[in-house]
Amino acid sequence: MSRNHDAVESGPAARVRALEELLARKGLVDSDSIDKLADTYERKVGPRNGARMVARAWTDAAYKKRLLADATAAATEMGFSGPEGGHLVAVENTDRVHNLIVCTLCSCYPWTVLGLPPVWYKSFAYRSHAVSDPRGVMRDFGLTLPDNVEVRVWDSSAEIRYLVLPKRPRGTDGLSEGELADLVTRDAMVGVAEVASPLRTGSRRSQA
Amino acid sequence: MNGIHDIGGMDGFGPVIREENEPVFHADWERRIYPLSLLTLRQLGVSADEFRHSIERMPPARYLTSSYYERWIAAVETLLLEHGVVTREEFRAALGDEGAGAIAKPAEGPPATSGARSKAPRARFKRGDRVRARNLNPPGHTRLPRYARGKAGVVVRDWGVFVFPDTNAHQAGARPQHCYAVEFDARELWGKPTSAKERVSVDLWEDYLESAATTGPKKGGKR
Repeated sequence: MSRNHDAVESGPAARVRALEELLARKGLVDSDSIDKLADTYERKVGPRNGARMVARAWTDAAYKKRLLADATAAATEMGFSGPEGGHLVAVENTDRVHNLIVCTLCSCYPWTVLGLPPVWYKSFAYRSHAVSDPRGVMRDFGLTLPDNVEVRVWDSSAEIRYLVLPKRPRGTDGLSEGELADLVTRDAMVGVAEVASPLRTGSRRSQA
Repeated sequence: MNGIHDIGGMDGFGPVIREENEPVFHADWERRIYPLSLLTLRQLGVSADEFRHSIERMPPARYLTSSYYERWIAAVETLLLEHGVVTREEFRAALGDEGAGAIAKPAEGPPATSGARSKAPRARFKRGDRVRARNLNPPGHTRLPRYARGKAGVVVRDWGVFVFPDTNAHQAGARPQHCYAVEFDARELWGKPTSAKERVSVDLWEDYLESAATTGPKKGGKR
């Protein structure tokens, strides 16, 4: 690698710029539409959507029932719909079953409720091992499940996009739906983590 | 095709590394290729199946050394060439090479099927049925992962009717059919003795499956 590019783009940056110019000349794309679409996924669509659904399911038994019966409709009723969200399925974690989502063949992911996938979800390490060593993959994230908890991996090989409904952590009885949504992480909705109890975080913090 | 993309169950890629406070896009070019690809696919009428297959046809070594969005660049270049929108000469003028389409494996789809199939085909399998994933190795696109081929599992959900990717990716017909969640025991897939319960559910189209019901009297009687 040269130490100074003098602001000259190289590699993929130069290639994408050249492609965009070529396609703009042909009238196939325009930079406004590109910006608008990029903006949607940077600002509007993200894991906050899924977190709000999870928090509602924890506080509203009727919503939870609807979510588990038809997650696409449950997302739509909260205003979340779009590409890669047309066939959503929520899978529930319990004391006995822990679910993990992967796409081994590419990187299918429920965009409408979790946004675009993080790099680790798209990595060869995750795609290859999530099906053959799910407990090992979870340990990479610091999650060690007891052996008596059954692990169910969902390989998104078709058009179904999965969302994990994590277990509600202890010590959250008095929290509002909004406060609960703040606790729910993307990783927990993919199944590589559990939602941490605010009590535990508090005590850990006080030790630090 | 038995492509490099089909990596479920492979070893050697190391631990999964999580990035703290990860941005949605890591560079401006990622921020542009993502929407540029989606808009181009829409303009060309390219299905998700055809798009995925254009990534799968990258030379394997190149696939492995490309980042996720670099693979999208390659896919867009391949599709633009194959759909006759951009010529090799235009690519050379703009990029300095003929584009990823010049080195992609040509698509080898199945023969086109007539559109005579019903839009609402009946389901051959139902929840609880024991099925086996067929040992299919088509030269074109497929969503039957290698690790499931020849393995027996149980239908846990019937997701309804979906367009068949193996033909749809090649514009060889939609062949709508039922798609099922088929659950495999980890021991069936990986042969490893494990006391801990692990199951992998794979979403499989009906054409990927055959009945694995044991011969003789049907067990149970539950309907």
